[in-house]
Amino acid sequence: MAKFKKKTKTEENIPTSALPDIIFMLLFFFMVTTVLREQELLVEQKLPQASQLQKLEKKSLISYLFIGKPKNPSVYGTEPRIQANDALITTNDIVLWVNQEKDKLSEAERDQIYVSLKADRDVKMGPIGDIQSELREADARKILYASVGKVDQ
Amino acid sequence: MPRKKSRMSQEVNAGSMADIAFLLLIFFLVTTTIASDKGITNVLPPKLDPNQPPPEVDKNERNIFKILINSNDQLLVEDDFRDNSDGLDQEVKEFVMNFGEPDQENIDLFNSLPPVLKGQANRDPESSDHPNEAVVSIKTNRGTSYDLYLEVLDKVKKAYYEIYAERVGLTADEYRALSSRTAAEKELMDRGKENIPMAISIAEPDKGGE
Repeated sequence: MAKFKKKTKTEENIPTSALPDIIFMLLFFFMVTTVLREQELLVEQKLPQASQLQKLEKKSLISYLFIGKPKNPSVYGTEPRIQANDALITTNDIVLWVNQEKDKLSEAERDQIYVSLKADRDVKMGPIGDIQSELREADARKILYASVGKVDQ
Repeated sequence: MPRKKSRMSQEVNAGSMADIAFLLLIFFLVTTTIASDKGITNVLPPKLDPNQPPPEVDKNERNIFKILINSNDQLLVEDDFRDNSDGLDQEVKEFVMNFGEPDQENIDLFNSLPPVLKGQANRDPESSDHPNEAVVSIKTNRGTSYDLYLEVLDKVKKAYYEIYAERVGLTADEYRALSSRTAAEKELMDRGKENIPMAISIAEPDKGGE
């Protein structure tokens, strides 16, 4: 009996010194796999679903256009708008914007520019078609319809 | 005796370190996004020269698989009305691999295909002549929802990727994951695509009905 009592008296606290290490590992994982939010979204973004997704190999070639209803309808109205970088632009500004984006790339990569259309799923084809014809005008013909994965039936 | 005292507690209390690390972790979870550069790729046709008349398209009706979508999100596929896009991928696949009237070059192509794909050739004279001629045309209206347009485009792409993948003996997912970085993967990619162009024509949206 005395033997048992002696055992229970020793070392009551659990060593927690490894816990910070585990959390730090998680932290580093997140720091490596994610990117800081670069710009504030001014339009709503619910990307459509698709199953045949492809991943682009070179990230530096991608420029983003966000299309959707403005988050602040009292200022910008309720019609779908286009956001490039930090500002809302109109369809007529797209050619200028593409040229600015192309200038950021090196000479050899200029014609390989990819435009990622991050359009909300509630947008109609009218504005999308307008944007596409402007992109043709600006000679940025490679586009990516950004979408999220869907499980195949 | 004094020696024993100094040995009593040697470890530093690190319990609060976990809390600090948790705070940092939560900060990163909130301020960052997981990069999602995935989507459906598409190449737009080049801009037309206004001084030149648009090129004449002389394709036989049977070589064009027509998909029309109106502003109420209803589909007209090869002159058949339907409400949703179910089964469209299978129809496109059958259309592309029909081999109704192949010329010598495409008879060779047919003979080089694996038996799985050979079995799909229906030889229907009303459908496409051979994969080199076949074009899938998607026409939308200004009022068509982007969601449905992408769903249809997705199905058409799926049909093509399945053909490519079956040709090289992979699943469609494996085929899409191939990258041109390594020579072996690039070779596999090219072998899948060879002589079967992904001809998807996207007409400009119709006016009206917005």
